[in-house]
Amino acid sequence: MTWQHPHDLARRARVGRLVVLAVFGILALMFFRVQVVSSARYQLQSEENRLRQVPLPAPRGLIVDRNGTVLAENVPGYSVALLASSPESLTAVLARLSPILPLDSAHVASIQRRYRQAPTEPVMIQRDAAFEVVSALEEQRVWNPGLVIQSDPKRYYPHGPVAAHLLGYVAEATEEEVREGKVRRGGVLVGRDGLERQYDDLLRGQDGFKFVEVDALGRTVREAREEATLAPEPGQTLRTTVDIELQQYIRDNFPPDSRGAVVALDPRNGEVLALYSAPSFDPNAFIGGYDPERWTELRESEEYPLFNRATQARYPPASPWKLAMATMALRREVVTMDSRMDISCTGGMRYYNRYFRCWKIEGHGDLTLAEAIQQSCDVYFYQLGLKLRLENLLHDAVELGFRERTGVDLPNEYQPLFPPSTEYYNRQYGPRGWTNAVTLNLAIGQGENSQTLINMVRFYAALASASGTAPEPRLVPGKPGRSRSLQLSASSIFGLREALVGVVAGGTAAAARIADLRIAGKTGTAQNPQGPDHGWFIAFAPAEDPVIVVGAIVEFAEHGSSVARLVTPIIARHLLGPDAVPTRAADYQLQTPADSAPEPVPILPDTSFFRSPADTAVSAGTPTR
Amino acid sequence: MQAHRLDRSLLVTTAVLVVVGMLTLYSAGQTDVPSFVTEIWKRQLLWLVLGIVGAILMFRVSPRILEWATPYAYGIAIALLILTLLVGTGAGTAASAKSWLAVGGVRIGQPVEAAKLATILMLARHLAGKREAPATLVEIVPSLVIVSVPFLLVALQPDLGSAIVFLGILFAMLFWVGVKGWLLLLLASPLISLLLGFNEYPWSAWIVVLTLILLVVRPYVLEGLVVWLTNVAMGVVVLKLWQTLAPYQQNRLLSFLNPELDPRATGWNIIQSKVAIGSGGIFGKGFAEGTQKRLAFLPEQHTDFIFSVIGEELGFIGVLVILALFTALLMVLVRIARGATDTYSSVLVLGVASMVFTHVFVNVGMTVGLMPIVGIPLPFFSYGGSFLVTCFVAVGLALRMAWESRLSGYAAL
Repeated sequence: MTWQHPHDLARRARVGRLVVLAVFGILALMFFRVQVVSSARYQLQSEENRLRQVPLPAPRGLIVDRNGTVLAENVPGYSVALLASSPESLTAVLARLSPILPLDSAHVASIQRRYRQAPTEPVMIQRDAAFEVVSALEEQRVWNPGLVIQSDPKRYYPHGPVAAHLLGYVAEATEEEVREGKVRRGGVLVGRDGLERQYDDLLRGQDGFKFVEVDALGRTVREAREEATLAPEPGQTLRTTVDIELQQYIRDNFPPDSRGAVVALDPRNGEVLALYSAPSFDPNAFIGGYDPERWTELRESEEYPLFNRATQARYPPASPWKLAMATMALRREVVTMDSRMDISCTGGMRYYNRYFRCWKIEGHGDLTLAEAIQQSCDVYFYQLGLKLRLENLLHDAVELGFRERTGVDLPNEYQPLFPPSTEYYNRQYGPRGWTNAVTLNLAIGQGENSQTLINMVRFYAALASASGTAPEPRLVPGKPGRSRSLQLSASSIFGLREALVGVVAGGTAAAARIADLRIAGKTGTAQNPQGPDHGWFIAFAPAEDPVIVVGAIVEFAEHGSSVARLVTPIIARHLLGPDAVPTRAADYQLQTPADSAPEPVPILPDTSFFRSPADTAVSAGTPTR
Repeated sequence: MQAHRLDRSLLVTTAVLVVVGMLTLYSAGQTDVPSFVTEIWKRQLLWLVLGIVGAILMFRVSPRILEWATPYAYGIAIALLILTLLVGTGAGTAASAKSWLAVGGVRIGQPVEAAKLATILMLARHLAGKREAPATLVEIVPSLVIVSVPFLLVALQPDLGSAIVFLGILFAMLFWVGVKGWLLLLLASPLISLLLGFNEYPWSAWIVVLTLILLVVRPYVLEGLVVWLTNVAMGVVVLKLWQTLAPYQQNRLLSFLNPELDPRATGWNIIQSKVAIGSGGIFGKGFAEGTQKRLAFLPEQHTDFIFSVIGEELGFIGVLVILALFTALLMVLVRIARGATDTYSSVLVLGVASMVFTHVFVNVGMTVGLMPIVGIPLPFFSYGGSFLVTCFVAVGLALRMAWESRLSGYAAL
């Protein structure tokens, strides 16, 4: 039997056909499984494969002042980002772009790090690229299809340094913030200071996104369908209580090359009309990734321009503090406005074996409380402090808010420093290590007392309000914060105000009088161990029904009286309008009183005595309580 | 020459496959990413012309002359394979393998494709010369040798895919000449041991089954012993062998078993292929519109994975149509083999059919993850001159055999 018998061949041909049909049938089944049964899954996978989400940055909300003038806006800018398929291709593209877009190695390393955090998203290479760079890159696009060049609104502060501390600035989110999930993606601008930071959530808006099709190497091929694009939602406009013209006026009139701050409040509702800190900086400098050199310059400058001296600097409150003393004494009915002290001022007073001086060496003589405020007599207030007793002084001052932040809606407000109770001294110096002399220092706003400008202004706002309560200072009108009452009778408030009017009318600030305006104010000179004394002036007007409180501190100003001449025109401008030329009172009083900067009196038992017996300038007294 | 004696169904199926293949190759080049594949269909067109010329020449050659020339063709093919091993270069997906013959830096072809045909010719000549079908393993040995020489030379390149094709050809042709099923199983048993050798339990079970088969069919004692010992040796040796495989070969085999192993490297191809095919759904994304292909996610879309392009763009319907076309072609070839005037022609045409079948099965199977990614072309579809010409020459042969049988009135069968 040969193998080629037709019957055998026919049988084998049948088997062969069956094998072919069976095998191809299995193949068809496999394709059925993939293409029909699991098709949806693979379709999804193919979409995910080729579509990349490119965020469309939301424009930040505007910040406007109380009259609608724009303080922070967005101007057209371009950002350059890159979709890369692998770290290697990212490096290669960056190298290829380096003639157009020179990047230093630190920058490249940071781009690489950010890429690894979100490899499927475009990594920001340069925000706010110059127009020439963008057009040169557009030409390169054919060779570098992963480039994502898009309009990216850029922050602009038209007033520059005028309201820098108030507005703050923005910068790209740091890598930590992205890692911790505070922002949704890298390259987002976040508020770094001031209102930009405080109201960041409101201002930031919601990023939109579009889809682009990419190829297997991550190169952008084209934009995907229009309907999948989600438009960005711009941030909300932030309407503030600031009067930018007043703010500008303050900046223009602030003593040049001086450091310090000015705060203007509406005492009726706590609205901040102006808040200026000098020296200032240009917040526009931070846009587009900051220049490290400029950053270092700002950071390490001796003048600390980034430091907000209205809310973050603490100064001895000096003579303006005397009103706090008067308030506490009146509340406890220790004195009335007409009370006189046992010892009349002869240029100082002896307390145990130490001599506490008044700023006026000739002495003020016998004064009422009103006159003592007007003349800022230290001897009067030494005795007032002793009458009030230290425990009460500390308790009442804490109750009046001299140990608390004002709660103004700015980030990083510093807490004023003030001893909570006598325990503080015990802890600090030991139970027998201090004397009652601390009371005398505290009574004139020296000693263990450091207040921020804004907190002192808040206190004066309470004096200026009809009910003796001060609402929380606010830059953005919102729910009213807690207000704090002085708990003074109307007659006491009236008395204190009249005394303050006297300060400007004929007291230590007489040189700053403005004709036709009844301004109530208090000067102060805070002793500064590091150099010339700091000058204070806090005032409000019109005295009968105040609508503005302005406080200023000028570092190294020597006297509060000179600060008064900065503040009263601000008030006049606010009350009389920009066009009215304030008629300053005649300069009949040329001498500027030193006002309350007595020699520092050591409050501690002096141990130097034991080391150098020859030094008898200050002698140790027996600690008494 | 009478045109009515040409086998029309073979001509038509081949022509349809060639046209669809060319269109698919054109589509494979339509990408959004600049690629050399875009222009490749024009070169394939040149090869097509060359292939048609080859087919016509083959059709002109009498089977008797062919039979006479077979040993020389086989000898030349083996010589070329040896030459390739010595001076061959790699290209494309198999850059590290030595599969190409190049003259002056210009790659002129892959001798393995011609060697497949030469081996079919040689095996057909050998088997047709026997009156009785080989009934023992010893009688199969000459056939084994004929296939083993090119098989080993190809495996050394290494070209796993083509080596598998040689095995497919061998078993199909032996079956066609009437070798008993149990004998084929014994022949295949070392391979089964090899595959099962990775895990000792299935392998032990297999050895038991094999022993039982040997006891039942009772071959010569020596043969039985050799088969049994070979199986045991394969099971023991396989791990050693595994370690000698090049890492990319190991990876290919491993990613066949588990494509998700490393999606970016070894499993990438198969995952992307399945995504392309699966996302095509029932009706496909439209000719030349496949997004996975356009965006270059689909690898080797003009050679190994050209069938994925069909799956993505023409959908399940398109896949069924193409599979039906190949089925039709194979049916026609089997019919020609069955109706051949002489044994040589019969075995020869069946060899051609088995070659086409193995290529289609392995190539299409690997695009859906049914087969390991071994990289062999799809007849009439994949880009590649040597294989296209080989296929045309094979079709020319089959046409001649069909013509012969019609001439002698056999066609009625």
